[in-house]
Amino acid sequence: MIVRGAAHVVGHHVDTDVIIPARYLVTADAVELAKHAFEDLDPTLRQRIAPGDIIVAGENFGQGSSREHAPIAIKGLGVAAVVAISFARIFYRNAFNIGLPVLECADAHAEVLEGDVIEVDFTTGRVRNETRDEIYRGQPIPVFMQRLVDAGGLVGYVRAQLAKS
Amino acid sequence: MSMTITEKILAAHAGVASVAPGEIIDCRVDFVFANDITAPLAIREFEKMGVSGVFDPDRVAFVLDHYVPNKDIASAQQCKITREFVRAHGLPHFYDIGRAGIAHVLLAEEGFVGPGDVFVGADSHTCNHGALGAFATGVGSSDLAAAMAMGRLWLRVPETVRYEFLGRLRPWVTGKDLILAIIGKIGVDGARYGAMEFAGETLDDLTMDERFSITNMAVEAGAKNGIMEPDERTLAWVAPRLRRTFTVYRSDPDARFADMQTVDAGALDPVVAAPASPGNVVPVREAAGVKVDQCFIGTCTNGRIEDLRMAARVLAGRKVHRDTRLLVIPATPAIYRQALQEGLIQIFLDAGAAISTSTCGPCIGGHMGVLADGEVCVSTSSRNFVGRMGHRESQVYLANAGVAAASAVTGRLTHPSDVVGELVSV
Ligand code: SF4
Repeated sequence: MIVRGAAHVVGHHVDTDVIIPARYLVTADAVELAKHAFEDLDPTLRQRIAPGDIIVAGENFGQGSSREHAPIAIKGLGVAAVVAISFARIFYRNAFNIGLPVLECADAHAEVLEGDVIEVDFTTGRVRNETRDEIYRGQPIPVFMQRLVDAGGLVGYVRAQLAKS
Repeated sequence: MSMTITEKILAAHAGVASVAPGEIIDCRVDFVFANDITAPLAIREFEKMGVSGVFDPDRVAFVLDHYVPNKDIASAQQCKITREFVRAHGLPHFYDIGRAGIAHVLLAEEGFVGPGDVFVGADSHTCNHGALGAFATGVGSSDLAAAMAMGRLWLRVPETVRYEFLGRLRPWVTGKDLILAIIGKIGVDGARYGAMEFAGETLDDLTMDERFSITNMAVEAGAKNGIMEPDERTLAWVAPRLRRTFTVYRSDPDARFADMQTVDAGALDPVVAAPASPGNVVPVREAAGVKVDQCFIGTCTNGRIEDLRMAARVLAGRKVHRDTRLLVIPATPAIYRQALQEGLIQIFLDAGAAISTSTCGPCIGGHMGVLADGEVCVSTSSRNFVGRMGHRESQVYLANAGVAAASAVTGRLTHPSDVVGELVSV
């Protein structure tokens, strides 16, 4: 799978409380949640994000709470992918489970600037910066996660598992 | 093959002789739960999975703890979805307000988790239960739905780092200070993805309440689980409560740890995590004097009876400062009742504290004590991210219950010794 879009760069340790503050966790609706996405990180960020854009983050993106509302809010904004140096583990699982593609890449964060157009290849882990003509090597999606994606996400995976047993 | 306690529990639940870090396993789960925020989403996904019911009604719980009693219509709707699901499926372990407490404290108290279990919750602080020698981890709602449908969950086996506490704690130093000290040292992703195994002579002296507050915050270092080997105190705590049989696992002497670290616990003085990261840890003495608008004693980290006793020791015969306010929220009804019997609630009332029914409330800036622009709170909770307890310009210092109580008395961030005087032991 390949995704291409304009980058928005955020910092290290962006937590799920600033991605979607708990005061809005009274719904699981993606459109409603997206109205408040990143509100406590940068209140103007969500207005600058257009459908198909890509978030480029530092270390430990999504630390904190288990709220699946965090990747849902990001997806609700139309974000096509998140590329980070590393992800917090619950966020990482949640993102796959709700169909928000995420990729670990050590170098992109230091090089990509706001607005650069980047192309992310999830199969090879390659991130290409079209604006700067640079290539960063990321981690391809782990084989097991690829199988989850192929099964149509977690719901598909569970259905297949249950059919087997 | 030599294994750590975490690896042994996971191997047993995957039905294999051994597992190694990095392996992906399909793991049986002993118990699952969700709360009023995560349950509606889990229920929505569960209903797409094409199963007629949960894998075992006796191994599923729903606890309404975050926005209860409901703060608004939207949160009431969320609870309604959960109640209707519980009734439709005839699930016996449902905790509605009045009987509900904060899930991590309540479910251990009610005997749903014990040594050797794999315990999965749709809440990040599920790692709390590792103090009992269980593998306990938080997941999102979809994963919880899958576990609820199949009684199984895929997991990647984590690498284990062992932290050994040495020495005896000084007065006013608690389990909370130990875990904050570690997070301060290794950072909020210092244990990312891994298992944190806590050991050492210091733990021998700690009550289960204090041990829980250590494993509870493992997730604040990014860990998948925090765990302790059960000892006599663990088994004595579990015996009158646990509803199932259990298995005690211990790490092999030659188990492979990704790293081993020692912590000089005996040298520690109470600490706080200053805004806006649980990793921003400094001794209370260094941060002392900061003006405080609100103090909060409660949560799954420090809303247990030991915490309330410590707070009462500071507050007995004293008043909350006129320029600050104190909230006390016992984590469960049982703790509330115990505090009432011991006269602690009377002490809090006399001091001028507000006492609430069990809820997460202020911990997530939900209700019951939301902070205004520029306000500062000393809280016994586990997270002080930007906006966590209210306005994005408000600030939270994480501390133990003694520090929160002392700060309530003076209106400034304060070491408990400065209010009570030096104690020989607490
Ligand atoms: S008390 Fe706070 S940290 Fe604990 S479960 Fe509730 S919201 Fe989460």
